[in-house]
Parts: sequence; structure tokens; C-alpha cells
Amino acid sequence: MEIYIPLVIFLPLVGFIISGLGARFLPKNILGILSSSTILGSFVCSLLLFRHIYNGGNVVYLNMFNWINAGNVSIDFSFLADNLSVWMMMIITGVGFLIHIYSIGYMHSDIGFGKFFSYLNLFVFMMLVLVTGSNYVIMFFGWEGVGLCSYLLIGFWYKNTNYGYAARKAFVMNRIGDLGFLIAIFLLFNNFGTTEFKYIFSSNQSVSKTAIEFICIMFFIGAIGKSAQIPLFTWLPDAMAGPTPVSALIHAATMVTAGIYLIARSSILYIDTTIAANAVMYIGLATAIIAALTALKQNDIKKILAYSTVSQLGYMFVALGVGAYTTAMFHVTTHAFFKALLFLGSGSVIHAMGGQQDIRFMGGLSKKLKITNITFLLGTLAITGVPLLSGFFSKDEILSKAFYGNGILVFSLLAITSVITAIYMFRLYFLTFKGNFRGTEEEKHHLHESPATMTIPLIVLSVLACVGGILGLSSLFSHNHFISSFLKNVTYDKHIPHPSITFEFTIIAVSIAVLAVIIYLCYNKFSKNYSSNNEDANQNSLSKLLSNKFYFDEIYDFIFVRPILNISELLYSFIDRNFIDRIVNFSGTLVSFGSNNLRKIQSGKLEYYLLAMVLGIVSFLILIQIV
Amino acid sequence: MILLILPVIGAILTYFFKEKTARITALIFSIVQLFINGYLLSQFDFASAAIQFYSSYKWFDEIGLYFTTGIDGIAMVMIILTNIASFLIILSSWDNNHKNINSFLSLILIMQSSLNGVFLAYNGLLFYIFWELALIPIYFITGMWGGENRIKITFKFFIYTFLGSLLMLLAFIYIYINSNGINTFEWENFINLELSKNESTILLWAFFIAFAVKMPIFPFHTWQPDTYSVAPAQGTMLLSGIMLKMGIFGMIRWMLPLAKNTCSCNLNIFMILAIAGIIYAAIIAIMQNDIKRVIAWSSISHVGLIAAGILTLSKNGIQGGILQMFNHGINIIGLFMAAEIIERRLNTRSLKEMGGLALYAKGFAFLFMIVLLGSVAVPLTNGFTGEFLLLNSVFNYSTIWGVLSGLTIIFCAVYMLRVYQLAMFGESYHKENIFSKLSWSEYVTLGIIACIVIVTGVFPNLLLNISDISVNSILTIIE
Repeated sequence: MEIYIPLVIFLPLVGFIISGLGARFLPKNILGILSSSTILGSFVCSLLLFRHIYNGGNVVYLNMFNWINAGNVSIDFSFLADNLSVWMMMIITGVGFLIHIYSIGYMHSDIGFGKFFSYLNLFVFMMLVLVTGSNYVIMFFGWEGVGLCSYLLIGFWYKNTNYGYAARKAFVMNRIGDLGFLIAIFLLFNNFGTTEFKYIFSSNQSVSKTAIEFICIMFFIGAIGKSAQIPLFTWLPDAMAGPTPVSALIHAATMVTAGIYLIARSSILYIDTTIAANAVMYIGLATAIIAALTALKQNDIKKILAYSTVSQLGYMFVALGVGAYTTAMFHVTTHAFFKALLFLGSGSVIHAMGGQQDIRFMGGLSKKLKITNITFLLGTLAITGVPLLSGFFSKDEILSKAFYGNGILVFSLLAITSVITAIYMFRLYFLTFKGNFRGTEEEKHHLHESPATMTIPLIVLSVLACVGGILGLSSLFSHNHFISSFLKNVTYDKHIPHPSITFEFTIIAVSIAVLAVIIYLCYNKFSKNYSSNNEDANQNSLSKLLSNKFYFDEIYDFIFVRPILNISELLYSFIDRNFIDRIVNFSGTLVSFGSNNLRKIQSGKLEYYLLAMVLGIVSFLILIQIV
Repeated sequence: MILLILPVIGAILTYFFKEKTARITALIFSIVQLFINGYLLSQFDFASAAIQFYSSYKWFDEIGLYFTTGIDGIAMVMIILTNIASFLIILSSWDNNHKNINSFLSLILIMQSSLNGVFLAYNGLLFYIFWELALIPIYFITGMWGGENRIKITFKFFIYTFLGSLLMLLAFIYIYINSNGINTFEWENFINLELSKNESTILLWAFFIAFAVKMPIFPFHTWQPDTYSVAPAQGTMLLSGIMLKMGIFGMIRWMLPLAKNTCSCNLNIFMILAIAGIIYAAIIAIMQNDIKRVIAWSSISHVGLIAAGILTLSKNGIQGGILQMFNHGINIIGLFMAAEIIERRLNTRSLKEMGGLALYAKGFAFLFMIVLLGSVAVPLTNGFTGEFLLLNSVFNYSTIWGVLSGLTIIFCAVYMLRVYQLAMFGESYHKENIFSKLSWSEYVTLGIIACIVIVTGVFPNLLLNISDISVNSILTIIE
């Protein structure tokens, strides 16, 4: 079984090298197929590993070599495949493969085709390292690696300066979180002497509770950066500058869930914490609400989905915070299906519109883009939690865990967020696909359904988004919760009672009723008689606040960015040039002043020299006498 | 010994040749030097704490000056760096259009010899002689082939570092006088002396200032950005890639063992300066417009971290410091090479007048990116392992200082990516493509550097193992 781990991890790296080197001379289609097939191979291998683990096989370890060894720091370059990492592997390679196929169609006319695939493969490699690393340092290596690939792919169209800025913003904000992660690693070294999972999680040594709290808080700071939570979430909407498949793979399905993976992986540490666990829950909750509200007033199709992602990640953090780690993983899975689907669908729309991303200038696309329309609709229904679709089960589970694990307040805030989610998603759907076309004539002629390489992944994902809920049927339908029984060896859930039958029925009934109302209202407002002027006309202060994204960027700019730039100028031109360097130069001047005076001594008059010589000899003799 | 003499012969020969022959001779000598270094490495006993290849000849034994040389693990890492770096620097000058290229190259070779000497010397006075000897070629290189204001800036640099080293000379003489009649400057005698606390403290400060100027550590750094930006590319590479390591190496070899009997409060002051420098320089680097200046300031910031790690006096810190010295040397030569490649084509170092270069030079963009990532310390590049060990040691020493030094990983990303963005991405500043393809020597230089960045990033133990035992013995001396 050991052989499958390197196959899973390194096949994408092979793909990276092939598409990097072959970019010049291989035809695009072959390049795309080669690069996708490495991911497919990786997927097959992870399925084999899954079968092994599922049949009760042992956790597979692979220690390649000793990476860093200095003093008491010893880090192995080692990987493991246990239930949790195998689960993540399947999501990454499975969804990754579909998105690769999709990209062959989406990027076909881009000059950077080879470069794109090599970056995408590199990303999959890094992401696999992240989830299979058997200690936190290897995990950190993957963690930084995916951040790097994200940077490269956001700034993929490098001629645009704004895109480059967005890429840098993402990288730097991630780095702020990474510092937290790094500090957590140092704390682990201090307290446990190692970062290997198997020692930390099985260690019986008495590590103080406060230390654990600190470690967990620091890990969470890392997770905040990577998974785009408040206050480090503003990079994710900007990250939409990258090509759409990138948004689907990195900024929806996989990389941004790395923070959830990190905390689920460390669940044994988190389960006994109070401050850290509460921080996770409340920050998740706040992010879920604020991001959902912001999404209400955005007009860029990808930005809406980005804020939606931030909000859904917030849901997952709430689940982690109440101690329902497998529930969070369940939502990671279903979210990967429907959010990848939605992003790819939006990519298909943008493809058809020739680059237009503003939904105010779309409308009525359902007539031309039939497959995209249906799959996008299914995705919308899944994310809004229409009963029996995947999103319903995972969200429902988060709501019930929040209710039974924490209380009515968190529950109702999450429920309200679900309502908001439904509103912005249906606004998006109706504005895009229904009503009349509001774009230019040229765009209207250009409208066409995307090629098969793009629609097939859409269809596959929409099937998954519909039936993905089977993985975790609620107790109303079945007693066999697949994900939680599969992951229970690795993630240690808090014991939270199962929801009662009445609770389940109420949720189903209420959600059907509420969704029906929302769909009706949205249809009326955004499909039948929509005009963008209407919306702009009645801007009150709240909607202004929302459409300006709560002014987060402006505030950060004011508090952090500009002061640092000013300090930089100040330090350089004032302190460094005028103060420190002046002192240095002054001492130089002093010396030359002194030497000018001293030079007068060397006047060339012999008597002075003689006098000096005599004085010198005398004082020398005196000195010798004294010593 | 051969390591010292060979470059001098090379230098003399090179001087008498013209143009192309001179280039080839210099290159051949630096390659041979590399092979000798490789042979020494193969003969080197990793498990031994002793000084290996030890030799000692009488020179002026009346004043205790012996020609004592030897290699321990730490010196081994340093001479590997010196010889690889010198080879790269000579290679990188292949396309230079300097006048009198023969004397330029022979000065570099003399420099290589004296730098090797600094790392090999086991006699205080000999160390000092090589230390000063290294100053002379770089003075001429900067003074003769430098840019604007070169005379003034070089002079300042010279005076600055010269005054620093005078303090070191005084410190050596002081120990020599107090060596109880064993009239010698030998390292082995020096470390066995028991000096009083006050004496140690004064010596410590004298050494520190000498070494701090060279590295440079805040606030002794004001010569550095000017000198780095005005010196010709190869001069800057010599200064930043190898020469500043003399200071750090001096701290490990001479300052800490000789002045061991001192209050740790002094070391704490040094650490505060080093950490202040990390942040100070990083913040300044964010707004610089001259590409060489950004790199220069980044160097102050990185070196501050190395110094802070070493001053924790922990195994992790010193090992990390030695590793990072090597890595920093390689990375910064790569960065200055990239800057030089751009300057050769655009005739400017101003970031505002670049932009969009990635469009014209994909291979260059790729290699530049790898070197840059090494500097930003992304895992699996060389910078990561070094910085990881250093930050870990500083964090163990003091939580607050660890966190403050940790800010470097954020700031470094800010200024380095800014450079890359402004130079390589965005709209092209120039209307037509004036960025010609890289020549073979440019490709090879950057390519080798990129390979080293990755290899030492994946296998840092290759270097860590060399110095492992020697660091232990240094630590036992200090204890």
C-alpha cells in the first residue's frame, strides 16, 4: 500500500514538469490530456487507498528521508494516509480532475495554456502534500505551497496591474496567517518536542492546558488567513481575478478548506479548549453573516460566489467551534461539489458572454445555454438547501449541531444567514438566466453553449451536488451516517445529541416554505420587471454599506497599509538619511577637522620635530619607569 | 593552503592576459578551485570535532604571528560558499564590458583568496591580515568600476569598515598582551584564557562593532545601501554574498569563544539591535525605488535574523545561522544577478521604468521567481529551512522577540513581490521589446543558483551535517 502514497502525491508533480517543459512543443490538446491524466491517475490511487482504509486496513505511513535535523529539531519528510487524509485526497483529485478537463475547453485560446496547466498541477501536488503530511511542518510546506500557487494563478494574466495587486494581496494576507501557523509549530516543539501527528495525538505527557489553548489559537490564526475568515477575508473576493477554473478549484473547493482540515486534523487538541473553540465558532458565525450580507449587493457574478464561499466557510467554522468536526468535513465535501459546479457554471457564462462578468448586463441566458442553465440551477438549489439535495443535509446538520451543541442564538443567526444565502443566490440565478437579455448586440450574437469538455464536468458535478447528501443522511432518513463513521477514528467529535424527529420535520417544512417565498419574490423582482436603474435609484445607507463591502478594504488601507508606507518613507528619508547617517558623517567631518588642525603640526620646521622627539623619548622613559 | 595560493597565481596570470583569454583563465582557475574544495570535502571527516587539514608555519613568531590554517565544519560551509560564489561571480562577469577586464578579474581572484583565508585562519593576527586584505580589492573594484559618486561612497565604506576592524585589532592585541607570556595569537591558546568579566565585556563590544559594521547590523548600516547600489554588480555580489559572512563567521569563531566570560545582558543588547534592524530595514525596503537598494535593505533585514539566531547561543540558532549564511549568499547573488541582467538591457535600476518584462523573457522570469522565492523563504527553497531554524531559536529564547522577528516573513513577501510585480508584470514600460534574450553565461549563472536554491531547500541536511559536530564543540567552549 505504501507505493500508492507517492503515486498520489507525485503524479501531479510529474504533470507539472511535463506541462512546464512541454508547453513549447506539445499541441494544446495533448498537453491538457497528459496533465489531466496525471490527476486521474492520482485519483485512482487515492480510491485504492480509500478501499484499503475502508476495509479496515492500517494507516499507511511513508517516511522518505530526514528533512531537517539540527539540535533538537528533527523533521521527517513523511506522509500518511489515514481516514481523514484519504477523504481529502479523493475530493482534491476528483474535483481537481473534473476542473482540469473543464480547463482544456476554457483556456483553449489562451497563450499561457501550458503555463496554466503546470501551475494547476503544481497546486494539486501542494494541496496533496498539505493533507497527507504526517507532521505539521510538512503540512506547513503544503500550506505555503498552495498559497504560492494561488498567488501565481490569481496573477496569471500578469499584464493587468490590478490582477497582480490582487495576487500580492492574497499572498501577503495568507502570510499573516502563516505566521500564526509557524508560531504554533514553535510552540509544539517547545511543549511536545516534535510535530509528528502520531506522537502529539497519542501523547500522554502533561502539557499544560494554557499551552494547548495558545497552540490552538495560533493554528486558528493560520486557518483564518487560508480560509478567508474575518479579519483576513478580503483577499478572496479579489482573488477572482484569476481564471475561473482556478476560482473553482482553489478558491472554492480545495485550498480555502485547508483551514477546516487543519482544525479537524487537530480536533484532539481543540476538543478540550474553551477560548480557542469559542473563537473559532464566533469568528465563523460573524464571517458567515457579514459575507452573506455583502453578497446581496454585489453585481459581479464571481464576486457573489466568492462572498458566498466565505460565508459557507464560516458555517464550517461554526461546526468546528461547537465540536462537530465530521459535520464540518461533510460540508467541505458537499460544498466542494456545488461550489465548484457554480463557479464552473459561471465560467461557462463568462465564456459565452465574451468576458462580461456583471450580472446586470446579462439575463435570459437560459435559452442559449441549456446545459449550463440546468446545472447552475441545480447548484443553486443545492447551496440554498432545498431538501434532499446535498447542501440541505450538510447545512441541516450544522444547524442542528449548533442548536444542540450551543444554543438557540447561534442557531437562529445561522438560519437567518441561510435565508440571506437563498436570496442572493436566486437573485444571481434570475438575473443571469431569466428575464430579457440586457447586454450589447454583439454579446448577444456571441452567446453559445460551451464545448463538451466544459459541459461534461458540469453535468458530473451537478449529479454529485444532488446526491452528495447520501454521504451523511440525517437521522430522519437513515442511521448510517457514512462520513462520521468513516472519520471517527481520526476526528474526535464532541458528543452532541441527535436532533429529534420533530426538529427535523420542522426544519424541512420551514425551509420548503421559506424557499418557496424567496423564489417567488426573487422571480418577481429580478426576472420579470428588472431594470438596473431601479436598483441604483433607491440606494439607502445600508445598501451603500453592503455594496461597498462594509468598507473593509478602505479601513485596512487606512489603518495598516498607508501608515506602513508612510513610516517607510519617514524612516528612510528622515531617520536614516538625516539622523543615523548624519552622526556617521559628522564623526567623519570631525576627523577631517581634527586632521586639518593636526596638519599644522607638520609644518616642516625642524625645531618642532626635534622638540616633539625629545618630549616623546622623555615621556617614553618615564612610562617605562612607572611600569 | 592551495586554496589560498591558487587564486593568487590565477590573479597574476589573468592580469597579464587580455580580454577573452583573461576571462577564460579566471574562469578556469575558479573551477579548479571548486574541484579542490570538493576534494577537501570528500576527505573531510564529518564525525570529528577536531580542526582538520591543520597546518602551522612560523612567520613572525616574535610577535606571535603564525601561518596557522585549518578547517572545521563551520569553515567548511563557508569556503564552499566562497568558492561556489566566486565561480558564479566570475561567470556572471562574462558579458561585462568593463575596461581592463583583466585587472577586474584578477582583483576578484585576490578577493577569493583572502576570503578563503579569513575562514581558514586559526591565528588572530592572520585572521586580521586576511580580513583587511579582503578590503583592498573590493575598494578598487568599487572605486574604479562603480557608478555615480563612487569615490565618495567607497571612501566612506572604507573608513567605516576600517575603523571597525581597528577595534578588532586592538582587541586581539589586548588578549595577546594578557596571554601570560605565551606570546602567540593562536586561536587554541586564546580560547583557553580566563579573562575577567570586565575585560571580556570590553572585548565583546570591540569585536561586536567590528563585525556589526561588516554585516551590517543596525545602526551601523548606513554605508551599505549606498555601496551596494554604486558598486558594479560583481562587487555587490562579493560584498553581500561572501564578505558580510566574514562578520557573522567572526562572531561564531572569535567573538563568542574569546569573550565568553561576559554578562548575557550584552548579548541581549546585540539581539535587540539585530531584531530592530530586521524590522527597520524591512519597512524601508517596501518603498525603495532602486532595485538594488531593495535587495540591499532586504539583506540588512535577513542578516539581522541570522545574527539574532546565533546570539541565542542555541544549537538550532547557530546551525540555522550557518545554513542561512550559505543560503543568503546564494540567494542574494541570484537577486543581484537578476538586477544586473535587467540593468544591462534597460540601463536603469528604477522600478518605475521597468514592467512587463515577463512577456519578453519567460526563462528569465522563471529563474528569477525561484531565486525570489528562496529569499521569501517558501518551503522547499533554501530560505525556508534556515529561517525556520532561526525563528524557532529566537522564539524559544523569547516569545516576544520571536514574534517580532517573525514579522519578517510578512514584510519580505511584501517587498519582494512588489519588486517582481513592478519589474516583471504589468504593462510594458517600453513600447518596443528592448529586452534581448539572456546570454548563455547569464542563463548558466542563474540556472545554477536556482538549482542550489531547490537542492539545499529539499536536502538542507547536506549542509547541516557538515557543521553539526563543530557547532557542538563551539557551544562547549562558550559554556
